[in-house]
Amino acid sequence: MIEPRLDNRPCGGKYADILEAIGHTPLVELRRFAPKPGVRIYAKLESYNPTGSVKDRVALAMIDDAEARGAIRPGQTILEPTSGNTGISLAMICSRKGYPLKVVMPDNVTQERTQLLRMFGAEIVYSPGAQASNGAVAMALEMAEADASYYMPYQYGNEANPLAHYNGTAVEILEELDDVAAFVGGLGTGGTLMGCARRLKEEDPETKIVAAEPLQGELVQGLRSLDDGYIPPILDLSLLDRKIFVSNRDAVVWTKRLLAEEGLFTGVSAGAIAAIAVRVASDLDEGNVVFVVPDDGWKYLSSGVYTKTLEELEDSLESASFW
Amino acid sequence: MSTVKIPPVLRSSTGGEKEVSAEGGNVGEVLRALATRHPETERQLFSEDGELNRYVNVYLNDEDVRVLEGLQTPVSDADTLVILPAMAGGAR
Repeated sequence: MIEPRLDNRPCGGKYADILEAIGHTPLVELRRFAPKPGVRIYAKLESYNPTGSVKDRVALAMIDDAEARGAIRPGQTILEPTSGNTGISLAMICSRKGYPLKVVMPDNVTQERTQLLRMFGAEIVYSPGAQASNGAVAMALEMAEADASYYMPYQYGNEANPLAHYNGTAVEILEELDDVAAFVGGLGTGGTLMGCARRLKEEDPETKIVAAEPLQGELVQGLRSLDDGYIPPILDLSLLDRKIFVSNRDAVVWTKRLLAEEGLFTGVSAGAIAAIAVRVASDLDEGNVVFVVPDDGWKYLSSGVYTKTLEELEDSLESASFW
Repeated sequence: MSTVKIPPVLRSSTGGEKEVSAEGGNVGEVLRALATRHPETERQLFSEDGELNRYVNVYLNDEDVRVLEGLQTPVSDADTLVILPAMAGGAR
């Protein structure tokens, strides 16, 4: 029997370049997490993007936007503050498109992130880990100000970031579900939440938008005063219906549950977001709750999250930077 | 009385205390009670117009009060208010 033609297979020849494979991620129902009949929980697996995180969408949208506006030319150095995933996505995309990349990130992120960035050819500049992402943002802004040859996409303030979700993530969710009672996303730059909030609320103003954010806790010892705080310019709190923090401990507990009960190998932020999604779902009588799995677990293997017990992890829980 | 958790960055203003008990029926009243007892916290917590300072996040147990009813959010004795600096998040 003759094999059918390649282009007749589901994915055969569908993408001419790895960049075209960004997005179109699976939406998977998590039946074991459903609190009651009539309430269904779905995970949007952004971990299925080419570099393993939701940031592929954002990085591609920001570079495409800069190219379209004529803000960058081939060979120009791109500079970005990132605790990892955005840098990895930018590194892959910049290497495909011919832009050198420099990333500024806290010095306490996991080794895997450093290795992935170097693998895709990015240069790394470290900022003090005690200042978490705030320190990386401040350092990158200083560098960009001192050297006009850098182009900084600046995901925290770039509208292409939420637009990647408005035009992508949210549309894909609406293609698969007739109604979304609640959407739960992680709060970092605010891009996922803002973009999805706008699109989902256009479809149904009653859709609740819930932010899960990391409890930074003792991590923020490096701040000198509250005036060192930071609010991403793209974040509009009026679009959120709830904003709830999650401890590293709860995030790890739920990351392990995603793995053990639903077979999902995710990063730790997905655990935190799942914890809030289940809580939101338990308050509903019926409807669909969608939450985002921002990345997969490969980059966090060295942290021992998946193999060590909570007791063994206790010492690192408050000092590690998982988000 | 409600419990207020003090972040490291504010502890020099509370004599090193990590937790303070304070009276009040809503978030604003509890924070005012804290500022009365530890006056150095007032300038850091409140802006000149009496609202929460821009870079201060206050959580009722674990929910950001800005997304609830702000300083008017009701508080009971069993509740804990957590004060945290606004952070850039993880930028996954």
